[in-house]
Order: sequence, then structure tokens, then C-alpha cells
Amino acid sequence: MKKRSLSRLRGVLALSISWMAWGWGGSGLAQSPSPQPVKKATIQNSQAGDGAKKFDENCSRCHAAPEGFSPRISGTIVRHMRVRASLSKKDTEAILKFLNP
Amino acid sequence: MLRLCTDSVTPPPLRLAGILLLSACILYPVPRVVAQETPLLSGGVGFFARSNGGDSTFVPVISPLLAAPLGNSFLIESRATILESFFPKGGGQSGYDHTHFSGAEFMQLDYLATSHVTIVGGLFLTPFGTYNERLSPIWIGNFQDGPIILPIGTGTGSGLGGMVRGSAISTESYSVAYAAYFSANSTNENFPATRSTGGRVQVYFPKLRLEFGASYTRSLAAVETNSSGFDVWWEPPHSELKVRSEYAHSTHAQGYWIEMDYRLSRFGGPESVIGRVEPLFRLQQFFRNSADPTDGMPATDTNVAEFGLDYRLPHEVRILTSYGRQFTPPGDSNIWRAGIVYRFLFPAWKGKS
Repeated sequence: MKKRSLSRLRGVLALSISWMAWGWGGSGLAQSPSPQPVKKATIQNSQAGDGAKKFDENCSRCHAAPEGFSPRISGTIVRHMRVRASLSKKDTEAILKFLNP
Repeated sequence: MLRLCTDSVTPPPLRLAGILLLSACILYPVPRVVAQETPLLSGGVGFFARSNGGDSTFVPVISPLLAAPLGNSFLIESRATILESFFPKGGGQSGYDHTHFSGAEFMQLDYLATSHVTIVGGLFLTPFGTYNERLSPIWIGNFQDGPIILPIGTGTGSGLGGMVRGSAISTESYSVAYAAYFSANSTNENFPATRSTGGRVQVYFPKLRLEFGASYTRSLAAVETNSSGFDVWWEPPHSELKVRSEYAHSTHAQGYWIEMDYRLSRFGGPESVIGRVEPLFRLQQFFRNSADPTDGMPATDTNVAEFGLDYRLPHEVRILTSYGRQFTPPGDSNIWRAGIVYRFLFPAWKGKS
């Protein structure tokens, strides 16, 4: 009897946590997500791809990479830099893909 | 939790609950990173101290930048500078006096017309040389002050009108960028501009990390004058050395500057104590051809040699220090500078769902 109650308790606990996890995720999707920031380490260490090369050639020529920023503004940063650094659309897209793979 | 799934005495509904929990944990570890175009607020806050020939000046400054995309093809950008200069009262008086300055450096609407053409309208940075457009933000420039020849071709620094710019061609071996503008005259205190037209072309060779640029401005004020300039930037491949140089010529003056900086990243990486140090050197020569008290440059020939040491602290804080020796016909003087700048960058609006 005691063993059965313990199992039932475990089940309720598991269900509660599952529901909480699902609800947490659900609310996150319904509202704005809180994704991981784009880190400087990611920018510096990743040498793969055309975007990394374009970033290094164009952005790093004038300034150091920021330590990190929200992916919410990565599209804006790249559009801003397209005008400032006179980047082509192709190069802009490569850098954006590099910042947000 | 995993034991719940393997426990032989666990009834099937509980096993299902365990699987659900495990699935939830696996399927929802971290929200997916998605690039968005939320408006951003960036810029720098700084405090600068200067001593030129014994005269000290203290300048707290803030320079905010706003960038807000509109749809898929438009972008509104603006940068302003607000500062207060504190300097000793002259005439034997004790204490400090101060002056205030605030103004927009650019406030423009960009239309990304095609892959290679962007049309700009409003107040924009004059595309002459490299310093004004690229190195003038306080969170980017290595030295506190711009070069002596900065006013050549740029005038007030900004133009009020329209500009066409973009990348003409971009390949693996080279790229060509261009800018052409027309500016009307503006005597507004916050949006000063002179009637002028001009442009700039630059060629960049990415394999050599070498860039050549040429600029031209024709002032269309009461007395029309021409200004021209050339610049060379070089970053040797696989090195932290940066060499930047610029020459500019106008009717009344001419001159050049060469700047070198070398970040000591090779000593333990860019985040190490030593790797954050950035020694600098800048040499400037300025030649006065004829007097012009309105152009904002020295009245006599001036040579300046500056040695600097910048330190990049964590969290986007940078310390700038430099010592310079200025040589002029009336007399030589020492220029000491020290400052601290914090760069900020964050979303100015909530993200999309």
C-alpha cells in the first residue's frame, strides 16, 4: 500500500514537472523568446564559412567585435553595417548567417 | 527520473509521465536563436581628460546611436553627441568654467534599393577620407581627438541632402565601394552643413588586407573650393598590426596622418591581461598654405607625434591614454590625454514572437 502511494506520488510529481516544463516552453513561444546572446567567443573562434571571412574582412577592419549581443538585434546590426561599410547584399547575408547560424 | 522509466514496479501511466518529462527536457533545452531586426540603441559614454601645454580640460560625453529598420528595405539611423567641457577660468581667476555642446552627427533614412545601391536622405556623415565615417565614434577611435586635417573635405562633418552609396563589386580578390553626395547649406545649430558635393571610391584587396581610397569634395559656398584626399589602410594578414594613413589637400591647407596600432593578442590571447593592451603611434604633419580662420585648423604649420596605450577591459570598457609632442613655429608643447569609454548595445524594443 505504502509502495503504491509512493509510486502514485512519483507519478504526480513527474506529471507536474512535465506540465510545468511544457507550460514554460509554451509561454516562451507565445511571447518573445529569450535566446542565448551572440557571444564574442563565437565570433572570434569560428573560422568556418564565408560569413566569418566577410566579418573579419569588413567589420574587424574598423572596430573590435562586441562582446555579445542579443539575436533580436543581429539583423539590425547587419543592416546598419551594410550601409556604414558599403556591403553588398550577398556579403550582408553571409555575415548574418555567420552571426546566427 | 530515468529510474522511473526502468522501474519494473512502476505502473504504465507513470512510465508514460516519465517519458513525457524526459521528452520535455530533451525537446526544450534552449530557445532557438533567431536573427531579428528589432530597433537597437548603441553608443558610448566616456570621460576624457586633456592637458595641452598645461591647460587642462575635462569632458564627460555621451554619444547614443539609434538604428531602426522599417520593413525590408528601409533603415532609420541617428547618432548624436552631448558633452560638457570643463576648463580653468583664465585671467588669474580660480575655479572652472564650462561649455555645453549637443548635436546630431547623422540622422538619416536609408533605402536599400538594390544589392549594390543604397540611397540615403537626411543628415549624413560626409564621405571624405576614412576618419569621419569610420573612426569618429568615441567607442571606436584609438585616440581621443581626430586628426588635424579632419575638417578638410568634411567641413562640419555632416552633409544635409542626399547620398548614393554601396558596393559596386565584391569578389574573392577585390571589392570596390563608392559614395556620392550633394549637401545643401544649413545654419541650424544642431544640423550644421555647408552646400557641397563630392564622393569617394575605395578598392579593397582582402587577401593582402590592403585598401586604397580617394575622396573629392567641391564646396559650393560663396567662394567655391576643391578638396581632395587619398588614404591607404593595411592590416598584414595573420597579424594584429593595423596601419592607417590619410592625406588631404585643400586650397588653404594640406597634411597627412599615419596611425599604427598593435594589440598584444599573441601573449595569451585577446582576453588575457597582456592581450588586452594596445600600443599606438600616430604621426601628423599639417601645412598651412594660406590663412583661413574659419576652417577649424591651426593657423600655422604643425607637427605632432603621439604615443598611446589603450587597454580593453571586460564588459566593453576601454581606457585610452596618450602622450604627444606638438611642434609649431611659436613653440612646442606636450599633450597628455587619458579617458575611459563604455560602449553599450542593446535592443530598444521587445522582440517578435
